[in-house]
Amino acid sequence: MNIQLMDRVATDQKIKLAIADCDIHPAPKSVPVEIYPYLSKRWQDYMETYGIIYRQGFPTGPAFPKGQPNAARRDAYPPGGGKPGSDLDFMRSQHLDANNVQLGILNPLSCGQGVQNQDFSAVYCNAVNHWQIAEWTSKESRLKASLMVPYEDPSASVKEIDLWGGDSNFAQILLLSRTAEPLGQRKYWPIFEAACRANLPVAVHAFGYGGAPVTGGGWPSFYIEEMVGHAENTQSLLTSMVFEGVFERFPTLKLILVEAGFAWLPALSWRLDKLWNRMRAEIPHVTRPPSELIRQHVWLTTQPMEEPEPREHLLDTIEWIGWEKLLFATDYPHWDFDEPSRALPIRVGKEQKEAFFLKNALELYNLN
Amino acid sequence: MSKYVVAAANEILPGQRKLVNVRGRPILIFNLDGDYFGILDRCPHQGASLCKGQLVGLVESDRPGQYNFTRNNEIIRCAWHGWEFDIRTGKSRCEPEKIKATQYNINTKTGSEIIEEAYEAETFDVAVEDNYVVVHL
Repeated sequence: MNIQLMDRVATDQKIKLAIADCDIHPAPKSVPVEIYPYLSKRWQDYMETYGIIYRQGFPTGPAFPKGQPNAARRDAYPPGGGKPGSDLDFMRSQHLDANNVQLGILNPLSCGQGVQNQDFSAVYCNAVNHWQIAEWTSKESRLKASLMVPYEDPSASVKEIDLWGGDSNFAQILLLSRTAEPLGQRKYWPIFEAACRANLPVAVHAFGYGGAPVTGGGWPSFYIEEMVGHAENTQSLLTSMVFEGVFERFPTLKLILVEAGFAWLPALSWRLDKLWNRMRAEIPHVTRPPSELIRQHVWLTTQPMEEPEPREHLLDTIEWIGWEKLLFATDYPHWDFDEPSRALPIRVGKEQKEAFFLKNALELYNLN
Repeated sequence: MSKYVVAAANEILPGQRKLVNVRGRPILIFNLDGDYFGILDRCPHQGASLCKGQLVGLVESDRPGQYNFTRNNEIIRCAWHGWEFDIRTGKSRCEPEKIKATQYNINTKTGSEIIEEAYEAETFDVAVEDNYVVVHL
């Protein structure tokens, strides 16, 4: 018999710990119904006529379905129809209420970012910002929006940030990890500068359409390699940000790495420190050890959490990163959802547990 | 061990499944080519309802490039993370000896056997000539 399972059934009956979920994906019920009201007729006609062109290697787009239809939990389809994540009432009953989510951060995907037509990308991101308030945050105070910016056009991104800066509906600025150039390069600095001005963290969610393969070694054959590749390309963008001097130039910048795993961070930091020690002349603008910069400026969401055996290795890894640097996330309604009561497969102290599941996020987003 | 009548046999035809509740336990009953199997409707990984999962076959390979597809619809694939469980044994595809869906002993009995042996069948009108699915718990 499976004894673990019996324990877990018992766990379900306890009162659930309040949590923050720093990666929830809302979807429009229908783009014409929910997004078009915020797009001018010119851009509605454009979308109907020419569609959305992404910067990517395969002309028909990334392969779908990704493991499950719409990359979603098969039980996350709203009973009234529509895509997973498109119905607030169903999200409340299946997730926000059921899992005692006190703070949910919305990260809309495929919503205007990475679009090659820069003008279209900008207006689409703006429309999605309006939509998040109209359909989500104005109706549900537990939810906070992500400020969508057309990050390949930094000056348009800055306009969008300045437009909404100070609006409490937004908790962070959202980028995707696969940018056209490594994210630390100066092209993107105006975005970081505007983020500091608006006092908003910059969240970089895995995925996107940068034009380069998800791995450093070329286009992989399997979806499972894409899943692993997100950790790889997120390490590349973080390395770029460290060595380009982004954290030196913007000392108040807060960076959140979303859905790229986290167990790789200690090893990457050790490697960066070692090389930095030997090659300071190449990058004299980096005046502190990379691990220190990362510890000061970088947070990571937890999902998809690594599941090592023995499980205690996860504790060691979190100790190396710092308990205060992890933000719990489920990725609802996607298939690789981490169930809050079972995601952390080890016993930890009350203080650490509360920090991990809620307090780190409340502090980072200034929502205490 | 008690025995519970949970369905008439013809309610769950070959290839079909039915979720029943026995003493507070959600149990998912399958009919594979006339044989009935039952597993707890909770994935041992993170607790998703297996009922919402997809029936798939077993894909194996002796070497790269070769694929053997057998046992179509005898594996349930979890609705969340895609963990696969053999309906006949409850064993997981990934770690069959360690991770298993909780399995229940299921068989069929005739109406006359059920009446004679006084099975628990509160919600059923049992007809002597019909067959019924029984869970042993």
